[in-house]
Amino acid sequence: MDHLQKLEAHSVFLLREAYREFNNLCMLWSIGKDSTVLLWLARKAFFDHVPIPLVHIDTHYKIPEMIEYRDRLALKWKLNMIYGQNSEALKNKRTFPDGNVDRITCCRNLKSEALKHTLSGEWSRYKLNHETQKYEVDSNKDPYTGVIVGVRADEEGSRSKERYFSPRDKENEWGVGDQPPEFWNQYKTDFAPGTHVRIHPLLDWTELNIWEYIEREKIPTVSLYFDQGNGQRYRSLGCYPCTTPVVSDAKNEADIIKELRTGRFSNIAERSGREQDKEDGGGLETLRREGYM
Amino acid sequence: MQRDQMNIVIVGHVDHGKSTVIGRLLADTGSLPEGKLEQVKATCAKNAKPFEYAFLLDALKDEQAQGITIDAARCFFKTSKRDYIILDAPGHIEFLKNMVTGAARAETALLVIDASEGIQENSRRHGHMVSLLGIRQVVVLVNKMDIVKYSEKVFREIEEEYRDFLAELNVSPVNFIPVSAREGDNIVHLSKKMPWYQGYSIKQQLDQLKKQEDLPDQALRFPVQDVYKFTEGADERRIIAGTIETGSINTGDEVVFLPSRKESTIKTIEEFNVPAKKTAYAKEAIGFTLTTQIYIRSGELMVKKTEKIPNVSTRFKANIFWMGKSPMIKNKRYKIKLAAARTTVKLVDILNCLDASDLSSVANKQVIEKHDVCECILETTRPVAFDLADELENTSRFAIVDNYEISGGGIVLNNLSTEESMFEKNIREREFSWEKSAISLKERADSYKHRSKFVLLTGPPDTGKQKIARALERRLFENNYKVYYLGKVTMEHGLDSDISSYPDSNDEYIRRLGELARIMTDAGQIFITTISDADDFDIRKLKLLNEPNEILVVNTGSNIFNNFKVDLDLDEHIDVQKAVLSIEKLLKEKEIILEYYL
Ligand SMILES: Nc1nc2c(ncn2[C@@H]2O[C@H](COP(=O)(O)OP(=O)(O)O)[C@@H](O)[C@H]2O)c(=O)[nH]1
Repeated sequence: MDHLQKLEAHSVFLLREAYREFNNLCMLWSIGKDSTVLLWLARKAFFDHVPIPLVHIDTHYKIPEMIEYRDRLALKWKLNMIYGQNSEALKNKRTFPDGNVDRITCCRNLKSEALKHTLSGEWSRYKLNHETQKYEVDSNKDPYTGVIVGVRADEEGSRSKERYFSPRDKENEWGVGDQPPEFWNQYKTDFAPGTHVRIHPLLDWTELNIWEYIEREKIPTVSLYFDQGNGQRYRSLGCYPCTTPVVSDAKNEADIIKELRTGRFSNIAERSGREQDKEDGGGLETLRREGYM
Repeated sequence: MQRDQMNIVIVGHVDHGKSTVIGRLLADTGSLPEGKLEQVKATCAKNAKPFEYAFLLDALKDEQAQGITIDAARCFFKTSKRDYIILDAPGHIEFLKNMVTGAARAETALLVIDASEGIQENSRRHGHMVSLLGIRQVVVLVNKMDIVKYSEKVFREIEEEYRDFLAELNVSPVNFIPVSAREGDNIVHLSKKMPWYQGYSIKQQLDQLKKQEDLPDQALRFPVQDVYKFTEGADERRIIAGTIETGSINTGDEVVFLPSRKESTIKTIEEFNVPAKKTAYAKEAIGFTLTTQIYIRSGELMVKKTEKIPNVSTRFKANIFWMGKSPMIKNKRYKIKLAAARTTVKLVDILNCLDASDLSSVANKQVIEKHDVCECILETTRPVAFDLADELENTSRFAIVDNYEISGGGIVLNNLSTEESMFEKNIREREFSWEKSAISLKERADSYKHRSKFVLLTGPPDTGKQKIARALERRLFENNYKVYYLGKVTMEHGLDSDISSYPDSNDEYIRRLGELARIMTDAGQIFITTISDADDFDIRKLKLLNEPNEILVVNTGSNIFNNFKVDLDLDEHIDVQKAVLSIEKLLKEKEIILEYYL
């Protein structure tokens, strides 16, 4: 087995373990490359089925191509597709593009808060009806107790201390100092009522591994990751007012892999095109403790 | 072209120089970002602070906060041979959980001992943990040789003492290397300061080590993680999913599932987006379909019929390390996770505990405390399939969960299935101290005009069991028998209202039901109840619990028993009156109820 096959096998094991142990499980799909690889791994784990609902948090500032891509795959792969949003903040224009709050607060409103309340079932969830191809309010309001997330340890420091099965308390808080032990493929899958768990099957993958895998498996991705002729591409996808492309002429997966292997970006953070990370130094660590992914 | 990778873990007593060794390895192999070393040195000079190699780790941590992709919790260094990943393993005693997490994934351990302080408590404890966790390659670094003036004598004394210690644990270290992390001696190149040492430097030694490859000639062990049948899209496959722990398997191979002992043959190997294949190997996360329809649950261990079969037992000797907040105590129910199996386990006896600090054994210990490593006897409520640690270690390993937390881990040393189990002993003792009624069973039977019996209706859910059970009660009652039907919901909200707090509530449910049956049949009753999805083992337990009284088992719908022969097999949703009459007929044949009493 080569390195990618080992990574794949372990991630598949973790997905099956999550599916076996949790009744109310969901998987976050940001439409980005990592969570799309995760979705692909779910098809691997469950033999071309995805028996886990996919939850997307719609900030309404996603690049339109992303939403189009989401719904196309959802229909094609017969996904149980759900989205949630912070309708209040959007209605009252409590967003950065509206000029009313700073970037971090905007992220907190449109992502962290929306996510928290979508997962808990307090706010409406919208579910794709495969017959009408339209979203409808989901009648299921049960909280999700297991949430599968595509974070990687190499993305930034605070993520390197994560576990594959990482408990969160009632307030979504993450206790960095007191993490459960993980050994011999045995993970913390028992939880006191009221607590929940984040599952991280991609923890050991690097940005390079992700692209190598996308290339090997021919996984469809959003074209924004590639240079469309103007010498720019996105390395990480977020909301358009806060994401800037990097200079690159990588036109396909193979080009990106070459680019990453030469170490062109080795001293530039992958998320450096994400403006919110830059405010308040460790902004992400703060957001993360509050439940941001 | 992918480079070879090796996970290593650095352990040892606090302040013996782990971080300094890591800092040195990063710096001297040229694995630091450009200018980092100079930058940290400059900062130290500015603050009039002596430079420490350990600061490099802190500096890297700061950078991570800014999002650069270097990681001290998992830091990397490269040699021309391969990439090394150092997994986080702080030496402080409170961090045992992190050490275990890091060490369990490592192929190689570097164990650091301070030459001037010598072997300390955690030098031993970590050595012990490393051996338990199954790291085969241990390299011992005797550090701070500069303090002891590069004395060969000091080095040899530590080497001898620590070698003896490891020998007791059956670990033979790859090497002992005298180093000075601060001065950079024997880190990458051999140092001239210790001409008496002719071995490898740390880097040379690491590059010499072999990657641990899985041996293809090991026996197949495939823990059944789950069984899938996704019916949408007319997918008819029933797939047994899991990851091959050891060995390999081909389509057409005959397999046995343990502990149920069900047998079948591999029909296909299933994967998504991969061309069909006929052989699967260790570590593949894969699926199989079988040629026959057999009822398999997750948690079973699939093995090849032609290979050595693992042990199946409820009682075994194990070596355990404990990390729990509260100690492990006897007779309490814990959850055990062994490969894909999960069941309830109790600590029966502590044979001896190694005091990790000096490896002396502590006799008469009553509990296993945090950080203890003990040899003990464990008993599960259901049989589990396992291998012995010295035969096939992967499937000898288990974790123990106490109150939602993974609190311990261990390896199975011996199968003790021939000993009387605690369960059997409890029943024997129960019978011994049972306060016998002044009215004998015979007297009751004569008076009630029938013998007592535990009538159990089993089968998959929703086969009409409950209706039959209730109608049977009515029929027998109207014929003047002493009969009682007990419904599961009645138990759930009464006697069993606390049952969800048990790690394996189904086992406790069975135990209570069996004890109740024992009482009801002692009272001369025909006691009727239903239970869904019972397997051979559940029935064996109920039978034992109900002894010396008798049980009658009626199955409705598809029969999922492996060896157990039921007294009567009924079709799913059979006409209730017909079912009642055939059960009544059987009771007569068995002379529970006698014609002449009628
Ligand atoms: N003299 C000397 N001191 C050392 C050496 N290696 C580490 N030290 C010192 O020992 C102390 C503890 O080292 P550190 O690497 O932080 O230990 P850790 O707790 O095991 O990570 C520091 O002050 C180091 O400078 C060495 O080879 N020689």
